[in-house]
Amino acid sequence: MKSVKIENVSKQFGQVHGVKDLNLTIKAGEFFTFLGPSGCGKTTTLRMIAGFYYPTEGKVLFDDRDVTLLQPNKRNIGMVFQNYALFPHMTVDENIAFGLQVRKLSKTEITQKVDRIRGLVHLEQYGRRKINELSGGQQQRVALARALVIEPDILLLDEPLSNLDAKLREETRIEIKRIQTELGVTTIYVTHDQMEAMAMSDRIMVMEQGIIKQIGTPQEIYNRPLNRFVADFIGETNLIEATIESINGDDIQAKTVNGLNFIGRKQHSSPTLTHMIGDKVFISIRPESVNLGPGENKLIGKISFVEFTGISVNYIVDFTEFSLKVMIINTNGQLKQIGEDITLHIAQDSLYFLGE
Amino acid sequence: MEKPPVDSYQDNAWVRLTQSKWFVYILISPLFLVLFAYVVYPFYQTFIQSFTGDDALSHYKKFFSLASPANLEALWTSLYISIISVICCAIVGVTMAFLLERYDFPGRRLLAILVLVPMALPPLVGVLSFTFLYGDSGIFPRALQHLFGLDQVPFSLNGIMGVIVVHTFTMYTYFYLTASAAIKGLDPSLEEAATSLGAGRIRVWTKVILPMLTPSIVASALLVFMISMASYTAPLMFGVERTMTMQIYLSRTNGNLEMAATQSMILSFVSITFLIIMRWYQNRRNYQNLSKGISVHRSEVSSKGMKILATIASFVGTLILILPILVLILISFSVDGAWKTQILPTDYTIDHYIALFTDERTWRPIWNSIQMGVVATLGNILFGVAAAYAMVRLNFKGKTLLDILIMVPWALPGTVVAVNLIAAFSTENIFAFNQVLIGTFWILPLAYFIRHLPLVFRSTSASLVQLDQSIEEAARSLGATWLYTFRRIVIPLTFTGILAGTLLALVQSLGEFVASILIYSSSTIPLSVAIFQKLYAFKFGTACAYGVLQICLILIVLIISEKLSKGSAGSAI
Ligand SMILES: Nc1ncnc2c1ncn2[C@@H]1O[C@H](COP(=O)(O)OP(=O)(O)OP(=O)(O)O)[C@@H](O)[C@H]1O
Ligand SMILES: [Mg+2]
Repeated sequence: MKSVKIENVSKQFGQVHGVKDLNLTIKAGEFFTFLGPSGCGKTTTLRMIAGFYYPTEGKVLFDDRDVTLLQPNKRNIGMVFQNYALFPHMTVDENIAFGLQVRKLSKTEITQKVDRIRGLVHLEQYGRRKINELSGGQQQRVALARALVIEPDILLLDEPLSNLDAKLREETRIEIKRIQTELGVTTIYVTHDQMEAMAMSDRIMVMEQGIIKQIGTPQEIYNRPLNRFVADFIGETNLIEATIESINGDDIQAKTVNGLNFIGRKQHSSPTLTHMIGDKVFISIRPESVNLGPGENKLIGKISFVEFTGISVNYIVDFTEFSLKVMIINTNGQLKQIGEDITLHIAQDSLYFLGE
Repeated sequence: MEKPPVDSYQDNAWVRLTQSKWFVYILISPLFLVLFAYVVYPFYQTFIQSFTGDDALSHYKKFFSLASPANLEALWTSLYISIISVICCAIVGVTMAFLLERYDFPGRRLLAILVLVPMALPPLVGVLSFTFLYGDSGIFPRALQHLFGLDQVPFSLNGIMGVIVVHTFTMYTYFYLTASAAIKGLDPSLEEAATSLGAGRIRVWTKVILPMLTPSIVASALLVFMISMASYTAPLMFGVERTMTMQIYLSRTNGNLEMAATQSMILSFVSITFLIIMRWYQNRRNYQNLSKGISVHRSEVSSKGMKILATIASFVGTLILILPILVLILISFSVDGAWKTQILPTDYTIDHYIALFTDERTWRPIWNSIQMGVVATLGNILFGVAAAYAMVRLNFKGKTLLDILIMVPWALPGTVVAVNLIAAFSTENIFAFNQVLIGTFWILPLAYFIRHLPLVFRSTSASLVQLDQSIEEAARSLGATWLYTFRRIVIPLTFTGILAGTLLALVQSLGEFVASILIYSSSTIPLSVAIFQKLYAFKFGTACAYGVLQICLILIVLIISEKLSKGSAGSAI
């Protein structure tokens, strides 16, 4: 179990920026996730930690040891690949034993460890199977077992669930989390699925185009996004452009171009926001925080879309300069129709202000 | 990128060196050195020679002059034979691959073994058996003549037709091997997917299967074209003098060295141009099979009529494949000089076989060929595997150059390779460690090495490309050094590829005739040259006994490799 520190790391592929100027610390034992859209540099960062890429600039440290240029085989990491990368010419047991053989453990020790880890990933019966006789989920668990059996200081997982179907995904996700908690190994997890990231992680790093957009716990990222990108990327939200009109103690009043007024709380805004009158801001309104009927921040709009999901009713409500996604918990079974006017309000505590 | 293991991370100078972007060039420099010394330099020597004369271009002017069109005619004939050969081989080879990989019918197992028989036939021996069977005084034409009481033989294999038939028979296996490997790797779900999308059988074929097979077909076409251009034995035996190789040979024997060099340059130009075009085409299309853990299903031939047809076809196929060997065996027991106008030889003896092992003079060429073949093949493995790994896994400028330099010797006819080697190594030079190689044991292994340069390289890189790099990375992440990963992961997973190329190289070296005939030294006569000499002396029996032995050697190699590759997935042979 080791911590990982990345200092001013950039990676350049010819003219292309893989990642730019990364700084982050992953604590020992932490479950840390890299989250972001395709091509944002998650794999690049992971591979620099694994030693398959060397940073163009900057340093990678495990605990306090500089490993920037250390060979991958000297890092004692466990890595699970998106396509599993199991050795097709070996059985399940041989695959798992590979790392132990490299470490020159005795035969009995190897058998012991392999058996134990095979139990941990629930593959007791499958030791002698060939890799191509396993299902995708089983292959994934072999890959996990193979990475874990060497008792790595750091476990790296690159989209390990992306090849599985939805149900298996959930099952395997819970499994990975269970095993990680049990072993307490420092884990870095790469995904572009925010639900997965939220459910599993102690902390998440959100990236875009090779740059860190925010690092924080799932709650922080969801409730207190630092910028538009994070607010938009994590969960669903409505982002409305407005200008700060006045500030009264704790209250902020902001106005859209067409004169709609919103009042919210100063503490419910991004820490990076400077709060000057006249500043352009974005108001983030989660669909589930919009309520029916009159109240604080009252709005009247026209329904352009209705969707009944059982638990909730989803509307899209049109206003002159924007549309609002609204989610109403279904309590009384009443449904409004497309074209109807609808009165909505949003609690002042539910507004969130952001900068760019 | 992968680097060799570093023992101590503290050893900073070494780390800096291996991390430097120039390090890769240190790794690949031996490859380029070998290519420069044994491919580029000899070629350059011939190039220089072709321009010596009163007027630098005089030989080229002569070649293209319409007044004496022999040279132009030869060029045209060579091209034409090569193209037809490629087409015939492709049709036969791919069809065979499909039938044997995808369908089950009576006689399939036997046919599946015999289909590789032509591989066991060295070119000279192959042509030999064909002339015995179907030639002007061959068994078949004569049998028909006797049967129907004709004045003349009703048909016989000779001229260009003969060359093409022999080419097809001996070279369709290249298509067969690569196509069946590709078909084995072809995901049946792709076909099923296409069918489910409403594609009919023909559409599935033209839009899915053929495109998927294209890389392997083109790769084989490349090989077959090169061998056909280089073909010397078949035209020699069927008396087609107007081919480039024959012209070069004739120029040389007439002592016109500059003209031979000129003809060599022009033939090389054609071959290399073709090589570049084909390579470009191949790079344009590159399909990798993405699915895991699939196996091909064989469908049974079910309808009764089809079953009978399939049985007959497989019987005829079996016969065609086995006859050349049977006839060689038969004639190997015939008394030398006794077979004249009869259908079959009349007098038989086993003396030839006894002589093979008891007579030192007859045994010598056999032992020579084994030694020279093994030396050359070891070189091919070492170079081929290293070059393939560099090509597929390392990042450096000059990949195309490396690839072309490896392929060029293959594109070059054996005759030209021999001409080049003579030009370069008749005098002492640094690449031969200041020795004169011509006239020594080493010249032939060198020729074989050069001629078979791409075999191990191509087959190994083909299986390396299939090998997902993340599998190597997985091993590295588990703590394996580069070398350990190479030994336990890369080699086992590419083993069949390496083996396939190695065997081709060895088998070809054991039968190599074209370059051998020009540069062998009389103290180390190779088997094929010995056969040729016996044939010239009308000692058919001895020649065929040699041929049979050569086939046996080759079969032993094939069987050993079959045993070795058992258990490893998708063996190519
Ligand atoms: N070996 C490489 N050579 C050149 N460019 C590369 C290489 N690897 C990555 N890149 C580029 O660097 C950027 C980041 O790539 P990376 O693979 O890290 O993305 P990712 O976040 O893992 O995306 P995905 O979710 O699609 O896997 C991309 O623009 C990519 O094109
Ligand atoms: Mg990725």
